[in-house]
Amino acid sequence: MSGLRFEIDGVEIAARDGQTIMEAADAAGVYIPRLCDHEGLRHQGGCRVCTVKCNGRSVAACTEPAPPDAVVENETPHINKMRRDLVEMLFHEGNHLCPICEASGNCELQAMAYRLDMTDPTRFPYLEPCRPVDASHPDIALDTNRCISCGRCIRASQDIDGKGIFGYVGRGIHRHVAVNGPDLAHTDATIDDVAVSADVCPVGCIIRKRVGFSRPIGERDSDHGLIGSNAKAKADD
Amino acid sequence: MSTGKNAADEGLEPAASNQVQIEQICAAFDNDHGRMLDILRAVQDAQRVISQDAILRIAELTGLKPIEVEGVASFYAFLSLTPRGRVTIRLCDDIVDRFAGLAEVQAAFETVLGIKTGETSADGAFSLECTPCIGLCDQAPAAMVNDIVLTSLTPESARLFAARLKDGTRPEDLISDRFDDLTPIERARRMVDNNIRHAGCVLLGDVPQDAGLRAAAAATPAQIIESIERSGLRGCGGAGFATGQKWRFASTAGGHRRFVICNADEGEPGTFKDRVLLTERPRLTIEGMTIAARAVGAREGILYLRGEYVYLRELLEDVLADRRVRGLLGSNILGVDGFDFDVRLQIGAGAYICGAEGALISSCEGLPGEPKTRPPFPTTHGYLGCPTVVNNVETFCHAARIMDGGAKWFFDMGIAGSHGTKLFSVSGDCLNPGVYEWPYGMSIRDMLVAVGGEDAAAVLVGGPSGAMIARDMFHRKLTFDDLSTGGAIVIFSGDRNVLEIVEYYMSFFVHESCGYCTPCRVGNVFLQKAVAKFRAGKANPADIDYMRDLSQTIVETSRCGLGMTSPNPILSTLDNFPLVYSAMVKAPEDRLRATFDIQSAISDARHLAKRRSYIFDKDFGA
Ligand SMILES: Cc1cc2nc3c(=O)[nH]c(=O)nc-3n(C[C@H](O)[C@H](O)[C@H](O)COP(=O)(O)O)c2cc1C
Ligand code: SF4
Ligand code: SF4
Ligand code: SF4
Ligand code: FES
Repeated sequence: MSGLRFEIDGVEIAARDGQTIMEAADAAGVYIPRLCDHEGLRHQGGCRVCTVKCNGRSVAACTEPAPPDAVVENETPHINKMRRDLVEMLFHEGNHLCPICEASGNCELQAMAYRLDMTDPTRFPYLEPCRPVDASHPDIALDTNRCISCGRCIRASQDIDGKGIFGYVGRGIHRHVAVNGPDLAHTDATIDDVAVSADVCPVGCIIRKRVGFSRPIGERDSDHGLIGSNAKAKADD
Repeated sequence: MSTGKNAADEGLEPAASNQVQIEQICAAFDNDHGRMLDILRAVQDAQRVISQDAILRIAELTGLKPIEVEGVASFYAFLSLTPRGRVTIRLCDDIVDRFAGLAEVQAAFETVLGIKTGETSADGAFSLECTPCIGLCDQAPAAMVNDIVLTSLTPESARLFAARLKDGTRPEDLISDRFDDLTPIERARRMVDNNIRHAGCVLLGDVPQDAGLRAAAAATPAQIIESIERSGLRGCGGAGFATGQKWRFASTAGGHRRFVICNADEGEPGTFKDRVLLTERPRLTIEGMTIAARAVGAREGILYLRGEYVYLRELLEDVLADRRVRGLLGSNILGVDGFDFDVRLQIGAGAYICGAEGALISSCEGLPGEPKTRPPFPTTHGYLGCPTVVNNVETFCHAARIMDGGAKWFFDMGIAGSHGTKLFSVSGDCLNPGVYEWPYGMSIRDMLVAVGGEDAAAVLVGGPSGAMIARDMFHRKLTFDDLSTGGAIVIFSGDRNVLEIVEYYMSFFVHESCGYCTPCRVGNVFLQKAVAKFRAGKANPADIDYMRDLSQTIVETSRCGLGMTSPNPILSTLDNFPLVYSAMVKAPEDRLRATFDIQSAISDARHLAKRRSYIFDKDFGA
């Protein structure tokens, strides 16, 4: 096996040829914040939360090939500030009222806001989309007002379920996730699809009916530490 | 203009005949989902809409999911999921057109047609809409009417054209009542003046036909690449990458199938020099592509023509056909064994982002025009995953001339680092808008004298993704290393409102962002709102830092060149016209947080309550 080495924030990382910066970092237990990337799915490179500086140049760690001998900056104040801006943009692009959202506590967007210390009063305007909720399906509901366009459901449905239930339509700020049919009930979606499993949608957009509050607040993902804090443990597995 | 057969001819119910028509269209493109853009364009032309039924049928025939077809159909501005008029009028809404009297022209169309902009008439006869720069800033205001263009419109001419259209005149007949008898080049020249103001010796002067191609046919691929490298030629589409080096990368990439793509998407507002080359030097363009094909070992080429230039389609198809007949395209070109190359036209459908090479390749593949992840680069993984050279129209023309005139001839023009000549599209507040071919290195001041624009207070070099400069910088030079431009120069006199210009360009980027990545999709909307706040006189001092700060995040985290340059209208005017901003700010009196706009925040509530706020509307009751 040929390989290469580079460093992230002073930590030496070994990488295999063909790995991305993020894959190599994950294997070494170094966490790089992310939203659109998800284990087992193709990389999209859309949220840009994984932006790092590679020899001074901004790149998305989830799509950038691991660079031989490079110096990569990850958790610098400047980079984290930009990530905070990006996460805040996503909050403002949709409607996120965490206290009334059943994803609260299991939500990666919310968790990223905590990790990045998004505590200052906001300066951004709210775009307040007004999209109808699709509750047509017996087991699944879709509230795209909370969608962050991570495309994880699209890739999971296409590549793992082999179904293509979801897709993007529109352009620019009007681009959004839609389903392959007039509504979810008229697609092949079933509750067993990986695309609608609890792990795939990072926010409270794809909702599995009747299980919403089965795990109480206090026992949810974010109640056990900041997102990414188990990176080392995961790598050691 | 394909109108297709109408239902009566076929004796079918309209719905059934629509379905037959779709089958015919898909069949014409071998039911290939890679030709989705062509299929959807043809359906739009024939049926004036991409209906849900059409989406289902196209998906079935091409083996895609309906949502994938809808993804493409909903991406491009010239495709429509709701019915458009049989005659669709698209007014060019560039800032240059606005300053040239667009509003009055627009009002004339609205009055005569009896519809507002954005509407379709009840009888389905007309749609009226606005579209960003259509590459006719030198003869603004301009408009597209289906596939033809109208230029230098006045309220009077607009009224006349609209009235004739309403009387049933075909759009073509607005150009000439003998339109059908004219040749494609005659039609193009009738519609559009090419305004060549200064011809240099490389492109717009005398060009011997196919001399470059003959020289290339006699040379080896390695010799061609070496010549292009030695000439110092750099890409003319804006990024300025060394052309010879690009060709070398593609020539050494693995795989048997390679492609040469000509980028004729020319979408940067204020740029129209490729329009002139495609009209006046179409043979030279194809010649350059053919030379590139020999250099890199490509057999297939695509000329990607922006949808706004569809009026040049026939002209280019004719040139391609003629070259096939004359053995300049096809197999064994110029009798050289194994020198095979042919070109197909790909027409775009209204998306500026498709000028970015990755997006252009996506679009050629029948996908939404989203840039591809880089690396890998097109020279190794381009169209259909094969090594691909993408160059600008002008770059190909230069390459052909270099093969004839020699690398040294070209290298010796211009200045160090910027060799040869360059076409500049000049528009806005000057006496002689048009295209100028000059060697690199001219100063803005000399340029302004040459074009009759000495009164300029601001010059936008390189379009909105370039820089807006002020009088104290007019000594700067047009080169890659100083003021770099793909060719756009827009001149603004002191009468123009800089903030109006900036706000317009931000709305352009919002409209044209593909939406793939967060900073460009969302951040540009915030920037546009921030500039609007300045224009409305509601900004406070902290808004200046806010805009810089947000711009930095967008520049540093965006996925492609569009987002990386989209804050430039704001950044360059904050730097070069600071007073324009500081004159508009006032310190907040009400202790509201900086950047917060109370009036817009309460406007919905005010609307719902059907009354105004005692607290925030100071003049309430006055
Ligand atoms: C948003 C965006 C729009 C672009 N538009 C064009 C265009 O209209 N025409 C063009 O030739 N290049 C355009 N480019 C540059 C192309 O990506 C690419 O660099 C160019 O076609 C390469 O050809 P050249 O080296 O001959 O310039 C654009 C780039 C970006 C990021
Ligand atoms: S999706 Fe996440 S961020 Fe949005 S409201 Fe729900 S918990 Fe909050
Ligand atoms: S629905 Fe969920 S998984 Fe799908 S794109 Fe939106 S946020 Fe991502
Ligand atoms: S910067 Fe991002 S959203 Fe903007 S055009 Fe490029 S890929 Fe699309
Ligand atoms: S995780 Fe890399 S761009 Fe979203």
